[in-house]
Amino acid sequence: MASWGEASQSRLIGKRIARLSGKDKVTGKAKYTFDINRPEMLYGRILRSEVAHANVTDLDLTRAEALPGVKAVIPLTEVGRKLRYQGQEIAAVAAETDDIAKDALRLIYVELEELPFVVTEADAMAEGAPQIRDDWKGNQSNPGINEDGDVDAAFSEAAVTVEATYHTPVQTHVCLETHGHVVEWTDENNLTVWASTQAVFGVRNDLARRFELPANQVRVITEHMGGGFGSKFNAGVEGLAAVRLSRMTERPVKLMLTRKAEHLVAGNRPSMTQHVKAGATRDGRLIAYDMRGYGTGGISSGAGFNAPYVYHVPNRRTERFNVAVNAGNQRAMRAPGHPQGAFAMDSLMDELAEKLGMNPLEFRRINDSSEVRQAQYTLGAQEIGWHRRNNVPGSGTGVKKRGMGVGSGLWGGGGGRGTQARVTINADGTVEAVTGTQDIGTGIRTVIAIIVAEELGLAPTDISVKVGDSGPGLPSGGSGGSQTTASVAPVIKTAAAAAKQKLFEHVAPLLQAPVDDLRIGTGKIYVASDRTKTVTWKQATGQLGQESISEGGNWDQELRQGGVAGTQFAEVEVDTQTGHVKVLKIVAVQDCGLAINRLTTESQINGGVIMGLGQALLEERIMDPQTGRMLNANLEDYKVPGTFEIPEIKSIVFDTHRKVTGVGEPPCIPTLGAIANAVHNAIGVRIRELPITPDKILTALAEKKA
Amino acid sequence: MSEKEKKQETNISRRSFLKGVGTGTVAATVAPAILVSDAETAEAQTDGAVSTAKIQLNINEKLYEIEVEARTTLLTVLRDGIDTGGNNVDLTGAKLICDRGECGGCTVLVDGKAVYACMMLAMDTQGKQITTVEGIANGDNLHPVQEAFIKHDAMMCGFCTPGFIVSSVALLNENKKPTSAEIKDGLSGNTCRCGTYPFIFDAVETASEKM
Repeated sequence: MASWGEASQSRLIGKRIARLSGKDKVTGKAKYTFDINRPEMLYGRILRSEVAHANVTDLDLTRAEALPGVKAVIPLTEVGRKLRYQGQEIAAVAAETDDIAKDALRLIYVELEELPFVVTEADAMAEGAPQIRDDWKGNQSNPGINEDGDVDAAFSEAAVTVEATYHTPVQTHVCLETHGHVVEWTDENNLTVWASTQAVFGVRNDLARRFELPANQVRVITEHMGGGFGSKFNAGVEGLAAVRLSRMTERPVKLMLTRKAEHLVAGNRPSMTQHVKAGATRDGRLIAYDMRGYGTGGISSGAGFNAPYVYHVPNRRTERFNVAVNAGNQRAMRAPGHPQGAFAMDSLMDELAEKLGMNPLEFRRINDSSEVRQAQYTLGAQEIGWHRRNNVPGSGTGVKKRGMGVGSGLWGGGGGRGTQARVTINADGTVEAVTGTQDIGTGIRTVIAIIVAEELGLAPTDISVKVGDSGPGLPSGGSGGSQTTASVAPVIKTAAAAAKQKLFEHVAPLLQAPVDDLRIGTGKIYVASDRTKTVTWKQATGQLGQESISEGGNWDQELRQGGVAGTQFAEVEVDTQTGHVKVLKIVAVQDCGLAINRLTTESQINGGVIMGLGQALLEERIMDPQTGRMLNANLEDYKVPGTFEIPEIKSIVFDTHRKVTGVGEPPCIPTLGAIANAVHNAIGVRIRELPITPDKILTALAEKKA
Repeated sequence: MSEKEKKQETNISRRSFLKGVGTGTVAATVAPAILVSDAETAEAQTDGAVSTAKIQLNINEKLYEIEVEARTTLLTVLRDGIDTGGNNVDLTGAKLICDRGECGGCTVLVDGKAVYACMMLAMDTQGKQITTVEGIANGDNLHPVQEAFIKHDAMMCGFCTPGFIVSSVALLNENKKPTSAEIKDGLSGNTCRCGTYPFIFDAVETASEKM
């Protein structure tokens, strides 16, 4: 049975290893899709609706087409069709320069008959609101209702109850490299596409289907990718437009979204509003839970969230539905449904604990069945200094008040079948590992090198890793759901082991020993029963002559495991005069299974915490109910965390077992609740609506005083 | 003038913009507020009225002769420029991310000062020393900042990394031993979405010890 071996025997696995792409990234040599310049390449741009809801009554492209330097203009809507949100595509152009493409968009004539719109959940649900979807009654989907146990009986037994409404707004992904493609038809039937994507093979299959090409005649390349948090899985309208423009002009076309379009149409995390009532017994058992909640995923549905979350409630009733608004559609965003669910649940837990007069950590311990998280609570509490927490919320003195809070999360991330990989050993000693996954910044390229190098006794830098290219025809899944490492690692490991075995067969005659008596040492192969018999790696591979070894792998269930637990503790300082919240420290204790590369795993945890911090304190898509437009579709007014917001972060890779799992998403989950609870502990008032901005703090403090 | 052209003339007036917003029924053009001035620019382009000029730029100690329009930014020259010999400048390390001087992804050095290349007109950089991320290393010898970024994993997707490298170099050129508060201040013009900041701070501290 395959295994990753004991930690004490690992030379590389579990150590801190610099990523292979580091040098290219720090010197500017790393080429992202946005950086690809092809000979004779044209620049594509898309004209988008500035109104939230309208009928297209006229569309004339002729003046744009006549502009010198413009090579093609295509409509992306037509007269008689409806535009349903700001940013929806109207037409696309390809021109000799990006500036000419911009000019051309301004020459496209569009006439729109504006229709009544709704862009906020409240407006959409109001009496007499214009109906914006034909397939729903009003602007709400049919509710999904679930019930377990006897909720009413449980409430009658509860010693304390809390009733509250929690809200998180729409958050956008803000990928720094916007969605986009560089498209080149190498001939009539062969298409090469550089794509900023989380799914090289997904985009390949998407394009092959849409343009009726055999899949092997579409090649998708993503050598480096500038940020993917769940929104980059398909070619999208912009990708399909680029392919059409390239086909028409017979020239390569680069078409990247603008920053504004990225906010408007490239996905977002849905909002959440939940009205919840919960009850607990005097001894701290959470026994009753009743929740009615909704969210908006824009004009589409998909605004789900986890409720209840993490903690066990035996008697629960939930009712949830989607609200449609005239705004761009949601897409999966880093742990879809979890952070917003965690914020509400962890706030609720603290409110119940306070009513019980119980330490919120104690209350969690009573209601959390995860042994891993129980251990994490102990470690995290030590690291943050939980004993320093205010026993009475808001009891600190002075203008700046400090407080502490805790939050929890869980995730799957156990990987899945479907990856093919090849490990090749050449006679000159070089080693190559190839698979169709993509490195979106998580460091999978380096993880692959570490696994192969460990197996073959080499250094990670000795391994040439080729990912992000569908050309070799070795598929792998999309990088989503924290599934990449657990899907890829077992296949790479078994491929490397098979290649090693083949090399042993070639070397056995030279060492005059049976194959099963051979072992890999650092840079050498030796005989286990007689360690004086040894050959260097180069001598060994020299035995291959004109041949090379090339082996595939298989997905071995025993090498991976899903299901991770995490908890985070936050310490904040709230300025009671300005309302400003400064996060001082976050302790993130994250179950990581077997961390192949401890350094990049820590990076992932830091990144999750910081994205969670952004959602807790800064990020919000603001829609203007008067004009139907997003007011902050840029990076000035849509705030993401910058250097001043970054606290001390203690990222703890919490080793649980020796099987590979994924951690891309889970560390962004517990941060929101931990910060919100810390704010309450600091000032004694609770903010139930994210982001926790100074205006909300000051209003809450003023209300408390009054 | 055709009927449609007449309509378009009307539609790009300020008045029709005001009419178009808020009523919910009146026909409105897309981005009408912008159309007013920009249609004229575009029309000027149609008439061939936009003039270009040949300028010389000193980038990473190499001279480039490039034809630019008045509106051409330094960032456009670096990324998309073609010199008069027909060669791509192809210095794509600097990135366009926010397109409005907010994120620092396009940071380069102009006469040693960190500037946003998206906010600087190419014309205005004539006669100055421009250094991009590609010019930070000394041949194959990486700058201590670059070495430290690799060691500390001060990057994930790496799209913001060139901007952070250049800003860090500029910071350390001015302040050899910055405190952690000074590092945060010095890099506050740069944005990272993957959340690599803690390791960036570590990297700059390590680099400062080596300089």
